[in-house]
Amino acid sequence: MVYIVGLLAVVFLVLTIVVLSRIATLAKGVDGNKRDNENPYEKRAAGTSNRINAVLMLAFPILGTIAAVWSFMESRPKFLPEAASEHGILTDNMFWISMAVITIAFVVTNALLFYFAYRYRYKPGRNAVFYPVNHKLEIIWTVIPAVVMAVLVFTGWRVWRDITAQAPDNSYVIEVVGKQFNWVTRYAGADDSKLGNYNFKLIDETNELGIDYADQAAFDDFTSNQLHIPKGVPVLLKIRAKDVLHSVFIPHLRVKMDAVPGMPTKFWFVATKTTEEMRNETGNPDFNYQLNCTEVCGQGHFSMKMPIVIEEEEEYKAWVASQKPFLTSNPTYLSRVPENLKARAMKYIESAASDSTSVATGGATATGTSLK
Amino acid sequence: MATAELTHEVQVHEEHEHEHHELGFIRKYVFSEDHKTIAKQYLISGILWAFIGGLLSMLFRLQLGFPNMKLEWLRPLLGGWIEEGGKLDPQFYLALVTMHGTIMVFFVLTAGLSGTFSNFLIPLQVGARDMASGFLNMLSYWFFFVSSVIMFGSLFVETGPAGGGWVVYPPLSALPQAADGSKLGLTLWLVSMALFIVSQLLGGINYVTTIINLRTRGMSFTKLPLTIWAFMFTAILGILSFPVLFSAVLLLFFDRTFGTSFYLSEIYVNGEALPNVGGSAILYQHLFWFLGHPEVYIVLLPALGITSEVIATNARKPIFGYRAMIGSLMGITLLAFIVWAHHMFVTGMNPFLGSVFMFLTLIIAVPSAVKAFNYITTLWRGNIVFTPAMLFSIGLVSFFISGGLTGIILGNSALDIQLHDTYFVVAHFHLVMGSASFFGLMAGVYHWFPKMFGRMMDEKLGYVHFWITFVGIYLIFFPMHYIGIAGFPRRYYSFTAYDATNSFGDMNMFISVAAMITFGAQILFAWNFFYSMFRGRKAPQNPWHSNTLEWTAPIHPEHGNWPGEIPPAYRWPYDYSKPGAKEDFIPQNVPYSATPESNLPHENEQIAMEKEIEGMIDSQNETYKH
Repeated sequence: MVYIVGLLAVVFLVLTIVVLSRIATLAKGVDGNKRDNENPYEKRAAGTSNRINAVLMLAFPILGTIAAVWSFMESRPKFLPEAASEHGILTDNMFWISMAVITIAFVVTNALLFYFAYRYRYKPGRNAVFYPVNHKLEIIWTVIPAVVMAVLVFTGWRVWRDITAQAPDNSYVIEVVGKQFNWVTRYAGADDSKLGNYNFKLIDETNELGIDYADQAAFDDFTSNQLHIPKGVPVLLKIRAKDVLHSVFIPHLRVKMDAVPGMPTKFWFVATKTTEEMRNETGNPDFNYQLNCTEVCGQGHFSMKMPIVIEEEEEYKAWVASQKPFLTSNPTYLSRVPENLKARAMKYIESAASDSTSVATGGATATGTSLK
Repeated sequence: MATAELTHEVQVHEEHEHEHHELGFIRKYVFSEDHKTIAKQYLISGILWAFIGGLLSMLFRLQLGFPNMKLEWLRPLLGGWIEEGGKLDPQFYLALVTMHGTIMVFFVLTAGLSGTFSNFLIPLQVGARDMASGFLNMLSYWFFFVSSVIMFGSLFVETGPAGGGWVVYPPLSALPQAADGSKLGLTLWLVSMALFIVSQLLGGINYVTTIINLRTRGMSFTKLPLTIWAFMFTAILGILSFPVLFSAVLLLFFDRTFGTSFYLSEIYVNGEALPNVGGSAILYQHLFWFLGHPEVYIVLLPALGITSEVIATNARKPIFGYRAMIGSLMGITLLAFIVWAHHMFVTGMNPFLGSVFMFLTLIIAVPSAVKAFNYITTLWRGNIVFTPAMLFSIGLVSFFISGGLTGIILGNSALDIQLHDTYFVVAHFHLVMGSASFFGLMAGVYHWFPKMFGRMMDEKLGYVHFWITFVGIYLIFFPMHYIGIAGFPRRYYSFTAYDATNSFGDMNMFISVAAMITFGAQILFAWNFFYSMFRGRKAPQNPWHSNTLEWTAPIHPEHGNWPGEIPPAYRWPYDYSKPGAKEDFIPQNVPYSATPESNLPHENEQIAMEKEIEGMIDSQNETYKH
């Protein structure tokens, strides 16, 4: 790094001197009002500047290639580790294959461009070749990119089709909701594997997700500020947003999907490495998966993240079982439950809690009913 | 006899016109209807905007490259936007990236590039006295000017300018309560853009009309320089897609002001559930990108046109595959309209639609590749003169290739899942669209400066300007791909909160330093430009030994461009280094009958046509009788 900075410093020093001397000459106005005839096009073309530019045209790609290779090797360890999801491995492979294809095209075309620029620099007395067209050549270089593109499109399309296919029926469904400026998750709960309904009009300070307790599937739902994902089984994220656009981005799983108010979106995947395994692989005991926002959503956009825990399916089940349903933690919402389902809902009201708050709850229920 | 009389009459008429047209300062330089003046107005506005847009990027590069730097020293400039602790306000950071994008895309590379060169070159290169409607042309600039003033004014609003990214996606942009950047600044943004669109439409209609109707005698479509073809397709793109942005902007304005629900549905913000239901946030994105994608080509095609002209001239060779170049321009123009949703692969849009758009997007690589190959072949066995314009054109081709290739990756919807909205995208479009178009603009300025101002820019300063800018841009945007591959999202104020990739601190610093040096080098250009305008060496008639018609006009063309008859066009504009010819260029107005030594067999047949072309002079003069 130090050497590069030093080298750059020298280069810029030289350039500064060139520029300053040039400006000084110009400012004197030596050739200010002369017509340019005494320095016609050919004469200027045959001058030293043309040769210097030609040599630089050759030097640039050579130095550039060295810099590109070096910087790539240097940056490589900082790239994301191998994808921790099944589809991510496919897209990673395709990414590096496409990268190889375009690198070949990049090197060949740029090399020709700069080499020709150098090789065919102006020489007095030489004539350029009058070569306006060659249909055969043109057909060749229309067909080759077309074929390469066709292959890339076809392989890309197959992967895309599989990724965006319907989630398998046995998927674990987890709801992820984005809001300014954090994420909230909701799980179906241990008793049924169904997420209850929601309605944005039911949202308040506590019930951030607008869970609709008229739906009995919602009774055992619980929310969290973490995303727990079981390994090796399909997981379907149901994504929505409360206020503005957000976007779910889990870099290590190669997952990204916008969260759109008024339009639920989804993304399913199979995680392949637990947090623990990833910690061992990266050699970083503090490693944590993370979900980030990638759609600008306001002031706190850059800090809108959520920790993710990927664990074995058994551990995941245990964690789910250990969580308290939202209704249990917030028994006042019992008032939102319709009369005919109240008995069922009571199951989630802890007896201790219900003893102390029964009066309040009862009152609330009465109001709720009478309002209906 | 009749012809002679007519010619005489025309000349009298013209002289009469000259007296008639002794314009005051205001009509000559301010509210001018002369296409050359309007072009210069666009150019200078564009240059000013470019410096403002560049300066904004310097501010956020400071934040990204030196996240811990105390920025108190910027308080005289930014005032309250520097927080107590000497940090940049995160809200203002978003405003900076938003305004940088808006300014660069619309005000510099659309207005500054198309506005300048379409206006300047179309009449001069097709052989017309002015635009079809000088008045509409003037209106076009002044709409742009008002739009500029409003956009500039929005920088000084208390709640800051628009801050939702240059795409201003609702609901964020529709809800003033959701962010400061969606308050007054965004209203001004919308008003400014609406006026800007009006300006573009007035300009575009004029460009197309002029090219179709006012070509000089003999200037058939297949003799048009590629610049003109490019400007025409650019204008068509703009005419067909800008109205859609207008409707997007208008509906957004309604949602903000009148409580409509075009883009809003099921929103709970700031402690209340909004009444809006039934709208679609995705609808805005479709409308926006229906312009937004053609917009990429609106800024790129003129640059490609300019490059075609500059490369052919300075390689002293005909452009390779003239017709294929037109064909690929046409192909790109058509495809540009049907690829917009590749910006939306992960918005929740139907995945089948994603497949369709992936397919269409990758097709566009084919005409683009043809263009790149043709440029390279034009250099092959040429006799290359490295004028600053030529250097910038070669640089453009390199950026076009390098940035275009990563588009093949991003256009693949499966790969876009990971890369969407990361720095990989930022690097991609800055190379292929930003830098390539900017280089087209620079090539155009260096090449046509002598025609605009009758003086030459200093070449050596031009060389230094080119090399610092060219190397600098690669140093900025090449490493930026790495940051994108590592999964860094764009529009992030800070990455210290982004644990997964809390690295690349050095790289970001390096990029910021490179950006500052590159930006600094533009001062050389500004100095060279304004100094040469008044004190540069006086230009000869045809400084680059070029074939196109503008170089047959006087060094300082008056209103009407040619004092006498407009020259005819007998041949295509790329007769460089023709075997047998005395010189290595034969301008378009030289008839085949005058060059028997270099004519190709089929060109000898064209000699018979020359009478016919000359015969059209009366009807051509008729056009200009008021």
